[in-house]
Amino acid sequence: MARIDLQKIAHAYRPHPSKPADYALKPMDHVWEDGGAYALLGPSGCGKSTLLNVISGLLRPSEGRVLFDRRDVTDLPTKERNIAQVFQFPVIYDTMTVFENLAFPLRNRGFGREQVSARVNEVAEMLELTPVLHKRAQNLTADAKQTISLGRGLVRSDVTAILFDEPLTVIDPHLKWLLRRKLKQIHEQYKLTLVYVTHDQNEALTFADKVVVMNDGEVLQLGTPQELFERPAHTFIGHFIGSPGMNFLACELDGAHAVTSGERIALLPGLAERARQRGGRMEIGVRPEFLRLRNEAGDGTLAVKIASVRDLGNFKIVGVRLGEHLLNVKVAEDQDLPAEQAHLGFTAEMTRLYANGVLVG
Amino acid sequence: MNKIQNNKAWLLVIPVFVIVAFSAIIPLMTVVNYSVQDIFGPGQRVFIGTEWFKEVLLDERLHDALWRQLLFSALVLLIEIPLGILIALALPTRGWSVSLFLIILALPLLIPWNVIGFIWIVFARPDIGLAGKTINDLLSIDYNFTSNAFDAWITVLIMDVWHWTPLVVLLCYAGLRAIPDAYYQAASIDGASKWAVFRYIQLPKMREVLTIAVLLRFMDSFLIYAEPFVLTGGGPGNSTTFLSQFLTKMAIGQFDLGPAAAFSLIYFLIVLLFSWLFYTAITHISQ
Repeated sequence: MARIDLQKIAHAYRPHPSKPADYALKPMDHVWEDGGAYALLGPSGCGKSTLLNVISGLLRPSEGRVLFDRRDVTDLPTKERNIAQVFQFPVIYDTMTVFENLAFPLRNRGFGREQVSARVNEVAEMLELTPVLHKRAQNLTADAKQTISLGRGLVRSDVTAILFDEPLTVIDPHLKWLLRRKLKQIHEQYKLTLVYVTHDQNEALTFADKVVVMNDGEVLQLGTPQELFERPAHTFIGHFIGSPGMNFLACELDGAHAVTSGERIALLPGLAERARQRGGRMEIGVRPEFLRLRNEAGDGTLAVKIASVRDLGNFKIVGVRLGEHLLNVKVAEDQDLPAEQAHLGFTAEMTRLYANGVLVG
Repeated sequence: MNKIQNNKAWLLVIPVFVIVAFSAIIPLMTVVNYSVQDIFGPGQRVFIGTEWFKEVLLDERLHDALWRQLLFSALVLLIEIPLGILIALALPTRGWSVSLFLIILALPLLIPWNVIGFIWIVFARPDIGLAGKTINDLLSIDYNFTSNAFDAWITVLIMDVWHWTPLVVLLCYAGLRAIPDAYYQAASIDGASKWAVFRYIQLPKMREVLTIAVLLRFMDSFLIYAEPFVLTGGGPGNSTTFLSQFLTKMAIGQFDLGPAAAFSLIYFLIVLLFSWLFYTAITHISQ
């Protein structure tokens, strides 16, 4: 297990990058702690897999250094980095049995017969592969094949980190949930450093201690699931995480208030001042979970019109119209709603301000 | 639902029957017809049953030709398959050089077979040939493929390797390119050596193209005719007379249509038997 340092890492697939758009991975600086479970979250093509391959050494970054436990490994090939990686689609050695597949990474490194067999049996037990251990891997289902791929990632107990590149894409939803839990348990038990690439926010938020949100080759935020939810550093994260995503309203600043569609919304003290120093296009962002919908006007509430109601089982998503803006509000399933006119309450502590898309802290 | 029971569907199969009949069965039947009769001339024939088959099967010259043929095909496979795999592994995988190499490799496949024989006569002649003269003069090895049986054998073999290894290379190359990158990445994560990558990824993934390559190379080499016919004419003596040339001598040279027909059928069955053996062996190897 090890700590991973990424020092000014950047990567371009074409030589001589000159403008930011040439980079698949824009310059970044990060330290990932030993024993952490990290998720790399972002839409397809945002550079997650590129970053993962830079860590595993399948790709040499065009700029910057990669350090494992303060040792520079930038120029080391994958084989010598002592990394395990599981890919999106199952990779199986067709001619081998399940046992031989799991033993392959150990045998290649010259482990003794007893060690190999003990470790393989342990991993097989963990992933419930024991019944098929001596069958040919080629004839198993896609699920089982991917489980074997996972097993090959877990079989070495001395790896620096285990990297997962959307490993559960081909697995059916029920088993997906089980395997995710299993990985989580394994992580808690062995304190491995795990890096998990996914474009599925649920997967990222349930799996990881720390989530790294990426877009367009850039890391936008590295934080706990709670931080991403409560204080998204960028409007992109507000949209991307949460279902439905954060509401954003273009606004102007007036004193300590934000003004949108002629309505005044209270902000935390000092926030408007800091935003003015930053300058740029202002938006307020507020999660549907932190808005209150009332039947009667109250202190600081705004009059809105109800446009739509979607009942999602244990809660409702109400679409309300505030001037030209449409906002989503999450309300309890049993809350009585007025037919049209309602009143919307903001909480200053949970109302964020963004200048040019970036959070004003 | 009432199912209509009739045999109209057979009508749809008739075109296939007709085509197969004209392309294979009827010509083959004429051979069968010859093989069981002794024909003296037009309208003069005697039914003699299996006599030609007995005669042909006991013919010493045919046994020699058959062993020669088996040795030749075995050597062809032993050289061309591994060599083809090695060259395919060594070829570049991307860039403009890919097309260049593939075109250069494919050139021998485009040359008519009898022309290949002629090219090699000119190339190997000890008095004027580039290869023949070099071997004799510069390496001081006495080489003459028209008078020495061993030299003739080597020459025919090298000619076949030169002519047909590119086919094996192209098939293997296609097989190799079809392997997803993730396999190589996983292997490098798993710490696999080059040999392990070949043994556990590349070779198993090439199984299907290798089946085709082995079958094609076996059949073609077992039926080889034009190139040795032009190059050595089957000589010196009978040393490079392979089965098809033996057959041609019998059927056209001596006009022994009966024995030639009987031998054709035996020849056909041998090819069929070996192809089936190879196919079964290769497809069962991995189960």
